[in-house]
Amino acid sequence: MPSLPDMMTKLDPSGAAGGSASAAPAPADALFEALLRLGDSTLILGHRVSEWCGHAPVLEEDIALANTALDLIGQTQLWLGLAAEVEGAGRSADDLAYLRDAWDFRNLLLVERPNGDFGATLMRQFLFDAWHQPMLKGLEGSSDPRVAEIAAKAGREVAYHLDRSADLVIRLGDGTDESHRRMQAALDDLWPYTGEMLTPDATDAAMAEAGVMPDLTAIARDWHALVGDVLAQATLARPDGSYMHKGGKQGTHTEHLGYILAEMQFLQRAYPGAEW
Amino acid sequence: MYAQMVKSEGMKSLDEMSPEERAFQERIDRGEKIEPRDWMPEGYRKTLIRQIGQHAHSEIVGQLPEGNWITRAPTLERKAILLAKVQDEAGHGLYLYCAAETLGVSRDELLEKLHSGKMKYSSIFNYPTLTWADMGAVGWLVDGAAIMNQVPLQRTSYGPYSRAMIRICKEESFHQRQGYHIMMKLARGTEAQKRMAQDALNRFWYPSLMMFGPSDKDSVHSAQSMAWKIKMNTNDELRQKFVDQTVPQAEYLGLTVPDEGLRWNDEKGGYDFTEPDWSEFFEVIKGNGPCNKERLGARVQAWEGGAWVRDGLMAHAKKHAAAKLAAE
Repeated sequence: MPSLPDMMTKLDPSGAAGGSASAAPAPADALFEALLRLGDSTLILGHRVSEWCGHAPVLEEDIALANTALDLIGQTQLWLGLAAEVEGAGRSADDLAYLRDAWDFRNLLLVERPNGDFGATLMRQFLFDAWHQPMLKGLEGSSDPRVAEIAAKAGREVAYHLDRSADLVIRLGDGTDESHRRMQAALDDLWPYTGEMLTPDATDAAMAEAGVMPDLTAIARDWHALVGDVLAQATLARPDGSYMHKGGKQGTHTEHLGYILAEMQFLQRAYPGAEW
Repeated sequence: MYAQMVKSEGMKSLDEMSPEERAFQERIDRGEKIEPRDWMPEGYRKTLIRQIGQHAHSEIVGQLPEGNWITRAPTLERKAILLAKVQDEAGHGLYLYCAAETLGVSRDELLEKLHSGKMKYSSIFNYPTLTWADMGAVGWLVDGAAIMNQVPLQRTSYGPYSRAMIRICKEESFHQRQGYHIMMKLARGTEAQKRMAQDALNRFWYPSLMMFGPSDKDSVHSAQSMAWKIKMNTNDELRQKFVDQTVPQAEYLGLTVPDEGLRWNDEKGGYDFTEPDWSEFFEVIKGNGPCNKERLGARVQAWEGGAWVRDGLMAHAKKHAAAKLAAE
């Protein structure tokens, strides 16, 4: 058996193994990456929300959850369809959804968090919607008309998602002691996953620079204002912690994503090349 | 669909009826609709509550076997279609609970009866969905059988039920086409896909035939329900119609209906076919089907696990109503 090199020695001084986030990507690559971030986030959140089908606390919520999941999957078809077109490698939206492994996914860590109780699902939805809505609004003004068109369509759906999730967070936060306690616990759990969508990296900066996507620092201001207002009405305390997890946008995920993909991709993997 | 063995009260002849009952029966015979505020015999009201309630329960329990495959749907489009379908089913449940509420029973009361086992849902949802082809078979056969039952119910005597059926039928026929389309893709696909499609037909054929309820000779409650136009056709009539419609569809797919006794009968202008194993049907109704425990357990858990949400929403509404009142 050969001896292993010193663990602390850098194997490759160029850093190729790590996928450096600091170098500015080429414009087409940056657009592909940015579209994956949008499409993968709606796909994984749609998957999570769809896990509720038939199990909601009240029939109206079964309908609302299925409807939200359906909107998100529809948006995924559009974002990943455009990503595939931009990539120009002959892949389809389905190829991107079903035939990539976890490290190639670019979704936010927030959306792969497990459903937990209804409160956790709802809080995750609200924290995401509060980003998604201003993000789509910004994207409607994109210099890329294909992006603007998808954003306009998705924006109409997401305005409703945000109305619903904000309203329910307020009602349950300011409901019974138990509903308040559960909503606060959900908020505390999910809070460290909210930094990623509000903090630009090189890809985000390149997209903002090109006028394709909005500047995340502006989105962050809107997000904080909206979230602060809703949490106050919900009588929930904004968590103190400032530590934020990151990595989803660059392809370093939590353990949960692998299981989501194992389930989601099962048929495509078990019957390669079959049409459905 | 979805209504099996609904108990109704004993049948009376026109001579035995009170003047009110007689006038009521004559309205039905003239084809008039009965509306919520109209006088109605207690038996009519109770039978309708049982039937509409059972139908509503079937819709919401029916979310589960299909919900089982949403996260594993093989393409984004199939996933979207399946989600839309399950959402429709929840919507059907909602219309039907609302129709039942017009008869003076609340949704919560009906759910309590479902959860405690006092009310049933269709036997079909106690069968598992084991492969993707089951999403095709459920749409094609189960929704197909449901439509067979529900199309005549659009003309049922109770106005709110009839109107709910009209809306539901439109969506169900869309579901059936989607299911058949899944089967078509599989039947024209790889060898493995064809096997998957045949296997689904094998497992869902007889349970689908059971959806119409026991044979007419064992169906004790039909006569009164038919006089009231709550039930429009006998179980055997609908089952025959379903077989006659479905066999050519299976042939078109190149699949084999799992019945060696199946043959065309020129004289009656329909197929002769083997009856389902009714002892299996009664076992499923009693709670011994492959998924009875999981299905009902999932619903009970959803209800109990969601109590804090419903309580929270009610508490919020009360606080704010009180605050509003105080401000006035």
